[in-house]
Amino acid sequence: MTTTLLVRGATLVDGSTADILVADGRIVEIGAKLGHLNARSIDAAGLVALPGLVDLHTHLREPGFEQAETVLTGTRAAAAGGFTAVHAMANTLPVADTAGVVEQVHALGARAGYATVRPIGAVTRGLEGAQLAEIGAMASSRAAVRVFSDDGKCISDALIMRRALEYVTTFGGVIAQHAQEPRLTDGAQMNEGSVSSELGLKGWPAVAEEAIIARDVLLAHHVGARLHVCHVSTAGSVDLIRWAKKRGIAVTAEVTPHHLVLTDELARSYDARFKVNPPLRSSDDVQALREGLADGTIDIVATDHAPHPLESKEAEWEAAAFGMVGLESALSVVQASVVDTGLLDWADVARVLSSAPAAIGQLAGYEDGIVVGALANFVLWDPLTSRSFATSDLRGRSTNSPYLGHSLPGRVVATVHDGYPTVLDGELVDAETVAQSARAAQGAPIFASTQENHRG
Amino acid sequence: MRHLLSTRDLRRDEAIQILDLAEDMAQVAGREVPKLPALRGKTIVNLFYEDSTRTRISFEAAAKRLSADVINFSAKGSSVTKGESLKDTAQTLGAMGADAVVIRHGASGAAHVLAASDWIDAGVVNAGDGTHEHPTQALLDAYTIRQRVSGTGARGAGLDGVRVVIVGDVLHSRVARSNVWLLSTLGARVHIVAPVTLLPVELDNWPVTVGHSLDEAIDESPDVVMMLRIQAERMDDSFFPHPREYAREWGLDDARAARLGGDTIVMHPGPMNRGLEISARAADSVKSTVLEQVANGVSVRMAVLYLLVTAPGSDRGVSAGSTRGTGGEQR
Ligand SMILES: [Zn+2]
Repeated sequence: MTTTLLVRGATLVDGSTADILVADGRIVEIGAKLGHLNARSIDAAGLVALPGLVDLHTHLREPGFEQAETVLTGTRAAAAGGFTAVHAMANTLPVADTAGVVEQVHALGARAGYATVRPIGAVTRGLEGAQLAEIGAMASSRAAVRVFSDDGKCISDALIMRRALEYVTTFGGVIAQHAQEPRLTDGAQMNEGSVSSELGLKGWPAVAEEAIIARDVLLAHHVGARLHVCHVSTAGSVDLIRWAKKRGIAVTAEVTPHHLVLTDELARSYDARFKVNPPLRSSDDVQALREGLADGTIDIVATDHAPHPLESKEAEWEAAAFGMVGLESALSVVQASVVDTGLLDWADVARVLSSAPAAIGQLAGYEDGIVVGALANFVLWDPLTSRSFATSDLRGRSTNSPYLGHSLPGRVVATVHDGYPTVLDGELVDAETVAQSARAAQGAPIFASTQENHRG
Repeated sequence: MRHLLSTRDLRRDEAIQILDLAEDMAQVAGREVPKLPALRGKTIVNLFYEDSTRTRISFEAAAKRLSADVINFSAKGSSVTKGESLKDTAQTLGAMGADAVVIRHGASGAAHVLAASDWIDAGVVNAGDGTHEHPTQALLDAYTIRQRVSGTGARGAGLDGVRVVIVGDVLHSRVARSNVWLLSTLGARVHIVAPVTLLPVELDNWPVTVGHSLDEAIDESPDVVMMLRIQAERMDDSFFPHPREYAREWGLDDARAARLGGDTIVMHPGPMNRGLEISARAADSVKSTVLEQVANGVSVRMAVLYLLVTAPGSDRGVSAGSTRGTGGEQR
């Protein structure tokens, strides 16, 4: 009942061309001119085969904000963007601060089948920054949570942060910090600088991010814990993380696609689609982030996909919600900002969007990319086309994308998750088929069965 | 002119056209029947999300002198989270056939959002948006300065070489922002005086010089000293230690007012905190233009409403000077 797929003539990240045979959820053979009697064939000539993308920072909004996104709609958006795994942030309603909530989110993801959903647990109860959430219970739940974050809010109390860093170590977890000193950003609306000075919008200064990162890397060093920094947005933050890594501090960092390409000049329109937290910064910051990603200071790209209903964005800037959707556009923006500019090659992209985020999230199966024996999670990407990005390219429930009407390079032709397609010919496979494939895959043998007849 | 959202992008000729037209409008005010039929049958809505009786009354008087129908829509309290959204309100006003909407809003950019939307077709006048701009205030200030400097020969003139000192809370002041752009566009040299806490972080792109001492600024014999209002809420937020210290360092007290040159004028957008940013004697002296500013406000707003409502390029009826906007402070 499981799918056998034969991908013909894909370009691998090392530049070579090969066929990829998938059976029983795994990659069973890679080579030239493979054949199989009953395989469904996918023509991948001219397409780059990347390992399934892994997002470490996704807001799926369920439970509680289903008018913006659900686990189903969010993972459809993920699949459409080439993702096979997403890490769902904890700022839902109720907050994901108990085993019950994370197990629910995890189960919804497994049932939908578009992508592996790894819940992120809250660090503090109710994201209130005062008392630790049930970290151990979430870690040992069926959701096996390894990443903990109060994202949306900063763990600003230094003692709580210290305790959290220490306590998650007990369970092999990591704290992902949303670095934003709250007093310095009270009522903040956009990057503090010349544009905010003109527009009369309250500034969100770079130092509010950098001060927390500086404190946290020192704390992580002091207690011997791992720290992950969410959505790094300033040149100063890149410098601090570079310094910390040089000293051997166990810190990892992410940058969002939008911080690699958009600047605070866009706020001049007062169009709230450009309102995001942390805010869009200067072009100098954009350049430093690109360089930080290229030299490994920044480990990964994560979307911070933040869906909002129309009414939350059709408003005065100060009244509008922070956030942008990003799953469907992420790979295009990465290609435009760092691949087409020569800073990263496709092997680097596979690292920053797949193996490295999987390693931080301790998600197994992504260590080696597209290799024989690995779970079949990959995306076939056409880097040579470009598209005028439109709402029809958005497959989640919300349309708050900053790229609408802009030309973006590349297109997802197919996404394969755990051996079955979620996107074929550039279109999402229907929900029923995907759910059925997921049930079959979850019932399938765990280890690759090398069938005798796979060679035709 | 389709909209008036900010002075940032107002060209010199556009600004002078408004000021000259305001001169004509001022003559109407001197007549026995101070009314023109220019906007008969047109509807102007005052959409006020913030209380500002003086600004609303000024726009209302301007509209009525042009024979327009005026609807006052006080949206105060209908905060965006609890009440009707700006979109719904705008669509309602559009359905009522508004030809122009005068909007006062606590959020920077609100007028801009309204003008850029397809919610309503009316022309939009920014009557103060958050801490962004308040263009008609700057226009009436420019008008007032021009009248004092050039007298009856003002028509067609800019403010070339006029030296203006703006003192106080520039950070939160929409009046200051609009004045900085407009006065410099008209050729004035603008100097800003404030404690560092009350200055925007980056002024590199502003056509101004910046200092921190009011006494030094007065030593330079400026033509205009414009005092900004200090809002009560700033006093509790560590922008300065104490109102007394603020008044001592940056207030226009009697001693400082006495040192001003004979032709130097003292301006304040009102309402004033007497004894804080300005002493009662300074506010009431012959140097003070506070009451002229109020009178001139009506003339300038008549000019703006007239240009907006009769703009060609809209189905409403004058010239398409593009006024792209950004925008103000509490006054
Ligand atoms: Zn965040």
